[in-house]
Amino acid sequence: MEIIAQHGHMLLILGCIFAFFMAWGIGANDVANAMGTSVGSRALTVKQAIFIAIIFEFAGAYLAGGEVTSTIRKGILDPALINDQPDLLVFGMMSALLAAGCWLLIASMKGWPVSTTHSIVGALVGFAAVGISVDAVNWGKIGTIVASWVVSPLLAGTISYALFTSVQRLVLDTEDPFKNAKRYVPLYMFFVGFMIAMVTVLKGLKNTALDLDFGLGSKFLNGLPLAIIAGLIVSAIGALMLRRVKDTAVEGKANRFANVENLFAILMIFTAAAMAFAHGSNDVANAVGPLAAIASVIESGGQVATKSALPGWILVLGGLGIVVGLATYGFKVMATIGRKITELTPSRGFAAELGAATTVVFASTWGLPVSTTHTLVGAVLGVGLARGIGALNLKVVGNIFMSWIVTLPAGAGFSIIIFFTLKGIFG
Amino acid sequence: MVSSPFSNLFGQSPIRPIQTHIGLAHQCAELLQPFMEAAMVNDWDTAKDLYQQIAKLEHDADDAKTQLRTNLPSSLMMPVDRGDLLLMISKQDKIANCTKDIAGIMVGRKMAIPVEISELMRKFVSLAIETSAQAVKAVNEMDELLELGFKGRVLDVVETLIEELNRLEHENDELQIKVRAQLFEIEESLSPINVIFLYKVIEWVGALADAAQSAGGKLQLLIAR
Repeated sequence: MEIIAQHGHMLLILGCIFAFFMAWGIGANDVANAMGTSVGSRALTVKQAIFIAIIFEFAGAYLAGGEVTSTIRKGILDPALINDQPDLLVFGMMSALLAAGCWLLIASMKGWPVSTTHSIVGALVGFAAVGISVDAVNWGKIGTIVASWVVSPLLAGTISYALFTSVQRLVLDTEDPFKNAKRYVPLYMFFVGFMIAMVTVLKGLKNTALDLDFGLGSKFLNGLPLAIIAGLIVSAIGALMLRRVKDTAVEGKANRFANVENLFAILMIFTAAAMAFAHGSNDVANAVGPLAAIASVIESGGQVATKSALPGWILVLGGLGIVVGLATYGFKVMATIGRKITELTPSRGFAAELGAATTVVFASTWGLPVSTTHTLVGAVLGVGLARGIGALNLKVVGNIFMSWIVTLPAGAGFSIIIFFTLKGIFG
Repeated sequence: MVSSPFSNLFGQSPIRPIQTHIGLAHQCAELLQPFMEAAMVNDWDTAKDLYQQIAKLEHDADDAKTQLRTNLPSSLMMPVDRGDLLLMISKQDKIANCTKDIAGIMVGRKMAIPVEISELMRKFVSLAIETSAQAVKAVNEMDELLELGFKGRVLDVVETLIEELNRLEHENDELQIKVRAQLFEIEESLSPINVIFLYKVIEWVGALADAAQSAGGKLQLLIAR
């Protein structure tokens, strides 16, 4: 208690710095991966991708970033066990942020495929198990998270497989692919707009002053008309953009689908936005969740609240960190990805991105902290299984799997060291 | 060095390299036509020059083949079967190899083509090259096949192309029989050793068309799965 009263402000400022550092790491690597497909398929330039990422990551975090936050904070740790030791919670969350941030930085430098989500989960488990007690960790919840590592790539793979197959059926493998693309692409755009709006209504808006109630009973039904309107608006804008693409006769048979892909490239602008939104709503929580816990304890003068509103400024801080990470380091990663995945045409990139984004949105609605990178890997594999991608390196999938396993203990190890250091300094 | 594990997930697609390879092999085969013309008028300087061009293209094709093979680790997930693909490239490679063998032996022995068979021989060689061109056409559809996930309409297009390829090869076979028969008529008047090698050259021109057809056959196998 005295520690909080004595060093409260200092701790809060440190916590903000650590959270910003962690968010920087998310932006530097994770976001770059998430937007990479758009750049790789030449639908967007690196600059455009960064621009879209900044806007929609921020929107996703701000409008829909609340739900996962509570999972990370209360789902993994049992607050009851540390009720009388708020200082431990503060130190723990600080060390979790710094540990995850460090691990992300190392991994980014080395090019290891680690997940921000796994890093923070590992770090939380680490300090809780060693610093408090093994019982403070909700091991059952960890099980769900581990299960989600299998479920989320599987789900993303299935969705993107289905999406790509539908594109083949409805557009590519038809008498007039160009005409059919113009007909069906707005439909996909509707789906993108609908999904984003739905998730915003369902779990977001808590952070804003807006509260919708059309008196339709459930929250889902209340959101439905709004989501449909949003979907219609998106597809209307999209249809306008599509009209500008002309089916100019291209010499040679090699370009039979070139014009069709130009239409899908426009769709990719929307899926890239959806991806950024989904990522922002899910992964920003990794950085802001622990910070919210710190802030809540300190502002209440040492109370471990079971439930507290997520202050807007914390989300802004997290969003800002991501943007800075993206602008200072992530663009390099994106450029690398863009050069590498030239085989990914817009029709495939769209299927992969939308599959991944939908999965992240679903997962974060259920409060599961899934990894965007791994979801995206699952989605790309799904398109590959539909025989849509020239070659995929399955060995890398093995490496990614390994990194899932390694990241937890690594995050935990860092977190334990930092935890005892902090305790030594302030305690 | 900035690297992303995500981008490493994408292996090198074998489709463009295999198209490049058959392109090189066919360029090589195409040179056989002017080479034959030169040989027929006993212009061995030009023939030698053409032989060198053929040898270079064959070498390039070999390099492309090796590169493709080394870029196909078994951990690669591809829309096509790895084994079929490897078989296909070795058939494609044979187009270039046959060409080089034919030109090589003719330059080395300064083999003149007897006037009596020259007309048919010209037709025979040009048909073999046409067969190879048809194989290139079919292989060049592979990127479109990929676009549709190796399903759908393009399959019919490729089937038609391969049917035509088979027809050309068959026609070439019949020409081969005719050329042989013509050579048999006059073989008494030629030096026995020259005759042996003429038969060999005829056989290899047939083998060139055959290799083109087999490459198409492997493509058919590839898309049948």
